[in-house]
Amino acid sequence: MNPMLNLLIGLAMGLNLLALGSGRLPAVIRAVSVQGMALGLMPILMESHFDWLVSLVAVFTVGVKGFVIPHLLRRATRAANVERENEPFIGFVPSLMLGAGGTIAAVALSQALPLLPEHAGSLLVPGAIASVLTGFVMLIGRAKAISQVCGYLILENGIYLFGLLLIKSTPLLVDAGILLDLTVGIFVIGIIVDRIQRAFDSLDTRKLTVLRE
Amino acid sequence: MKELLLIFVPAFGAALAVIWPSDRTRPWLLPTVGIVHVVLSLWLLIAPPDVSPQAWLGFDPLARAVLPAVSLLFMACAAYGVSYLRVRAERPNRVFVALLLLVLALLSAGHQARHLGLLWITTEAVTLAAVPLLHFNATPRAFEATWKYLLVGGTGVALSLLGSFCLGYASLYGGGEGNLTFVALTAQGVGLSRPWVLTAWVLLLVGYGTKMGLAPMHTWKPDAYGEAPGIVGAILAGGVTTVAFTALLRVRMVVDAAGQGAIADRTLLVIGMFSMVVAALFLLGTRDMKRMLAYSSVEHMGILVIGAGFGKLGVGAALFHVWSNSLTKGALFLSVGNINRAAGGRTMDQVGGMSALTPYSAAIFVAGLFAVTACPPFGPFFSELAMVRAGFASSHGAVVGVLLGCLLFAFFGLTRLVFAIVDGRPRMASKASGKLFPETAGIIVPALGLMALSIWVGIATPTVLCEAWAAAVKQLFPVP
Repeated sequence: MNPMLNLLIGLAMGLNLLALGSGRLPAVIRAVSVQGMALGLMPILMESHFDWLVSLVAVFTVGVKGFVIPHLLRRATRAANVERENEPFIGFVPSLMLGAGGTIAAVALSQALPLLPEHAGSLLVPGAIASVLTGFVMLIGRAKAISQVCGYLILENGIYLFGLLLIKSTPLLVDAGILLDLTVGIFVIGIIVDRIQRAFDSLDTRKLTVLRE
Repeated sequence: MKELLLIFVPAFGAALAVIWPSDRTRPWLLPTVGIVHVVLSLWLLIAPPDVSPQAWLGFDPLARAVLPAVSLLFMACAAYGVSYLRVRAERPNRVFVALLLLVLALLSAGHQARHLGLLWITTEAVTLAAVPLLHFNATPRAFEATWKYLLVGGTGVALSLLGSFCLGYASLYGGGEGNLTFVALTAQGVGLSRPWVLTAWVLLLVGYGTKMGLAPMHTWKPDAYGEAPGIVGAILAGGVTTVAFTALLRVRMVVDAAGQGAIADRTLLVIGMFSMVVAALFLLGTRDMKRMLAYSSVEHMGILVIGAGFGKLGVGAALFHVWSNSLTKGALFLSVGNINRAAGGRTMDQVGGMSALTPYSAAIFVAGLFAVTACPPFGPFFSELAMVRAGFASSHGAVVGVLLGCLLFAFFGLTRLVFAIVDGRPRMASKASGKLFPETAGIIVPALGLMALSIWVGIATPTVLCEAWAAAVKQLFPVP
């Protein structure tokens, strides 16, 4: 397997931990954006020869995950005037520990799953599982809507990593459809974040407690 | 060709709604498209087209067995929508009408999707298209509900994507060539890698289960159904959940072909029973009539997956239950919408005596109560009877016991709330708002129509429907 690819996946796994351990929202957004760019480059590295369509998808992914979505998130943080995740449900050190434990568990778990010979040496599966777990920790453990969106993005990045296992066998049409759906999904989330900010004058999801049994 | 029109006609209607200039006349696009859709889907029900095995999209027996129900439900909601949007003239309806039609197009595509990737794309798109429908009322509560729907639903669809990838990898590992149509996956059968198939099943069950609203992934449901307009709730409860259920049935078929059917059935039974128990407990406690409908929906989703776990006979009964549940729930949502508007409140603490203010809606509400709790002569009685029979036939007596017990508790919970709202003397506040929103034919007839359909599908089940359900069961269980 391509050592360059493993290096990028390793970088993505490191960024997971960075996002988990940081309380400053701009830092978390930056981590997510760099991770998205690293992920976008991977399909090019996986192809042995140059392919127009793959490059196009890669450029699109880098553009959306690395620039457009982070830009939207930064704008939302500025509009809401939130800089920090003050009182997360799960503290930064515990979530970092969870993330580190999750990464180790992901490596162990991926040993248990059968892999094709060409994927055996790669970090794709552990990287994917670790990112999914990181995403979950952030979704559950953070109180600010923006942090939760970042968690969702990391979760999605993990699934994207897993999807790279199949990139050679699924038609590009399916990949493109999935990518489009995810992008639209993030835009919709962005719009709702904006509306919540206007309706509640805050992006603290702890204020969203009217509806319960 | 007609099966593609089921998708393109509503999609075209949605595009037309975007450019339509007048807010006053735009809602008429809903019933227009609805009628065309009903005619097309009933036509296809009676004269099913040939589906090429490799097709990604097709009106196959499973689509034929459930899509007409969604179409009928949409038609009733569309007719109601015209009157509803007239009383809500203060809100612009361009986005609402366009997205409602887009949801219909995507639902038609999702029911007909025979490719793992395409199925995911359509269900995700439905989830997203429904978002602006949920916060049509633009209250802070509606945004709160939408946020929870997005986070829980978004995580659910993300997990189902991961599950789809796992199933794809199971095929790749087993020597497949990346053909992810359900036909090809089923044909690969035991060649699929076992650990990956099981991983995929768990993730897909959680993912599509979130979309269906199975407990413990149901948490978005009460909020979303509570805050969304009645027609949106009806379409979510009768249409979107149905597409997720057919997705689970298709995936179950692949897992069964891979030799893991017994495990799949067991997980379906467990999650179904858990959903029923959770729903029954919350039904005993809730004081809000719209949230009550959501818990009732969780309960019926539990019944559906229990049916799917009962084997062949059970799947047949579950398909029957899809019809009876969609039509009955539709009538309930529309009548509750009327009562809610006229009463100016939703909980039994704020609302009472609605049989005096909105006699027709209250009557439909009470009839709907008996229908969803499976009293004869309504559709759910017959479909749940078939389900109980299937349970005994597949020697799952204990599961049937839990099912009946939960139905009983649900009956207690529902009657408590429904009669508190219908009986007694109207509140002063409701008397004023009741005058603002009188009952007109436009908001009563659609609900009555759905109720009539629910009775009809139970008492006089047409042979063409029985045949369609049998054909779908045959498709899902290719090996006798």
